[in-house]
Amino acid sequence: MDVLYALLLQPFVFMAQEPLIFAETVVKGLMAGVLYSLVALGFVLIFKASGVFNFAQGTLALFAALTLVGLMEKMGDGLPKAAIVVIAIVATIGVMILLAMIVERFVLRPLVNQELIILFMATLGLSYVLEGVGDLTWGSDVKVLDIGLPDGVFDIGGVYVEQLDVVAAIVAGSMVTVLAIFFNKTRIGRALRAVADDHQAALSVGISLQQIWVIVWSVAGMVALVAGVMWGSKSGVQFSLSLIALKALPVLILGGFTSIPGAIVGGLIIGLGEKVVEVFWYDVHGGAVENWFAYMLALVFLMFRPQGLFGDKIIERV
Amino acid sequence: MKLKSLAILAASAAVLATSVTVTPASAYEYMVPQLVYRTGPYAPNGIPLANGFIDYMNMLNERDGGINGVKVKVVECETAYNTKVSVECYENLKNEGDSGALVFNPHSTGVTYALIPKATSDEIPILSMGYGRTSAADGTVFPYIFNFPTTYWSQASAFIKYIGDREGGMDKLKGKKIALVYHNSAYGKEPIKTLEVLGEKYGYELMLLPVDHPGQEQKATWLQVRRGKPDWVFMWGWGVMNQVAIKEAAGIRFPMDKFIGVWWSGSENDVAPAGEAANGYLAGTMHAPGSDFAAIDAIKKYVYAKGNGAGEESRVGEVLYNRGMLEAVFTAEAINNAVNIHGTKEIRGKHVRDGLEALEMTEADFARIGLKGFMKPFKVTCEDHEGGGPVAIQQWNAKDGKWVMVSDWIEPMKDIIRTLVKEDAAAFAKENNITPRNCG
Repeated sequence: MDVLYALLLQPFVFMAQEPLIFAETVVKGLMAGVLYSLVALGFVLIFKASGVFNFAQGTLALFAALTLVGLMEKMGDGLPKAAIVVIAIVATIGVMILLAMIVERFVLRPLVNQELIILFMATLGLSYVLEGVGDLTWGSDVKVLDIGLPDGVFDIGGVYVEQLDVVAAIVAGSMVTVLAIFFNKTRIGRALRAVADDHQAALSVGISLQQIWVIVWSVAGMVALVAGVMWGSKSGVQFSLSLIALKALPVLILGGFTSIPGAIVGGLIIGLGEKVVEVFWYDVHGGAVENWFAYMLALVFLMFRPQGLFGDKIIERV
Repeated sequence: MKLKSLAILAASAAVLATSVTVTPASAYEYMVPQLVYRTGPYAPNGIPLANGFIDYMNMLNERDGGINGVKVKVVECETAYNTKVSVECYENLKNEGDSGALVFNPHSTGVTYALIPKATSDEIPILSMGYGRTSAADGTVFPYIFNFPTTYWSQASAFIKYIGDREGGMDKLKGKKIALVYHNSAYGKEPIKTLEVLGEKYGYELMLLPVDHPGQEQKATWLQVRRGKPDWVFMWGWGVMNQVAIKEAAGIRFPMDKFIGVWWSGSENDVAPAGEAANGYLAGTMHAPGSDFAAIDAIKKYVYAKGNGAGEESRVGEVLYNRGMLEAVFTAEAINNAVNIHGTKEIRGKHVRDGLEALEMTEADFARIGLKGFMKPFKVTCEDHEGGGPVAIQQWNAKDGKWVMVSDWIEPMKDIIRTLVKEDAAAFAKENNITPRNCG
């Protein structure tokens, strides 16, 4: 009986008794969800355009953030900080585009029309290569990333909200809007979707597979840069940043691998759910269930809706 | 084609012959393996630890010709903080060189646990300095495992004494609430029992908040802190978990001078990302921070000035660098002891074990080494492999960008800790059919 009370009733009593904490949990959960979504977005982009699950997306975020902070350090104090930040961001975007071209030329092009599992394995290898290159080029130290984002806390009637999280939410919202327009309203966007549906059919109507892959990997690289900046500003840029990809997996399962809005909604559900369960069901589980809960939720979704909330419906014809 | 093959074969043979004949027979060396993690999520901490160790040994080789005239060969094996890989490294290195592995520094509590039976059976000592299995402090049950100069349990008790002092007396701890934010691993769980036992004695409430590896996301944990309103927060963290925790603590405006990290949560890496917000954060330590020591001057002179430093010279003297250096100091002293005890320079791991067990570091010894005032003297014995357990508290000064000692050396609650050590060691001995040694 006590167990049932602790499981089914007590958490809601706590929520009612501690409305400020509950409000803060909801806000922080949603904010964390936005950060998960930022990582998940990169996965969705590449999956949408190529059907490949890009295992290296987390490492792309690390690599982009490492490049940005590394370039800023290299430039020293000779220029005004704003100029350093702008130059470093532009240069990093350039590096990510170059990387996309290298990936297309040396990883993807030789594997056209191969099984998707082979492409997946290639991204696994790419992840290790990028980690190594990042390590060798910029070192393994914790690097403080300061591009001038606000670092304080808003106190809204006793509810603390980190300013950086608010910025992340605004950035993620803007990115989703831009990407949605890009995919649905532009010629390149439609070409990307065509390539995702069928490589050979897209080729037959004159779409350049190579060009599309470079574009999509470049865009994914820029999304990775944003994710890397947001996460790196919180914890410093370091190797463990690549592990944030693990946070994106349940988000993708929930939102669907092919839906940009799905990545956002999935992130918000995971973020909110894991925080509320961790905080208000603490007496039942004793803590450290954030990761477990996200995957558990994803598992439940897989059982009842394998394509996720917004994913393309899976139709198998015999 | 045939001619070309023959030419290649001949050239290869010539190169091989040259390499065999030209390379002189290597002299007897002391082989000291290092399980390091210069890659992976914990690399930012693993690198300074490894650098401090190898720089000190290189300095001894350059300045003194090694230890007692025998050069020290440090062989690193990259583990990426992975227990399975670490065990493979151990197996690959244990018989390396003429001396075989003289002592292992696992640099991980999980790896230390895994190596306890292997190292004991292979007669190679493990030096888990300030980490690992706390009850290995009982030398009667763990003859090859050393965790001096202090352990997690001693540190936990020192923290309680420190906050008792800050609160105005141990009796003032009654009714207080302490949250332990810990890495959800064997390492992070080490202090729980001690804190629970002390909680029963002093009447404080303990709140346990585990954080899963790697600890990149901790919002829920710190919401729990906000909800539970603890008077003090202790942290047993490692790697990115530390940086995120300090940042999150600042985010909920938890007072930094009531937030104490274990000595593995108190390096420059841990406070840097939080910037000014980390000012006042406290951490345990077993040695002094900084580079104002003759031994460090010697490292700069004999290693860095010759371009042989393992890392950047500007980072020599950081907390984790100094800790790696301290491991090397104790390893060198133990080897020296082993040579003196056994009267031969050709020693093996089992001899170094005797050297470790005879280790007594007095103020004069620290002064001789060039580390005057670096830490409190201690003595290891056959029965006590912890050697005393003094702990100090250091505080981060964000403005100056350095750690400052803010307490005297705190003696742990030896009566309680030693009882817990004995109980746990006895349970281990029973479980593994070990007959404790008689230390006389």
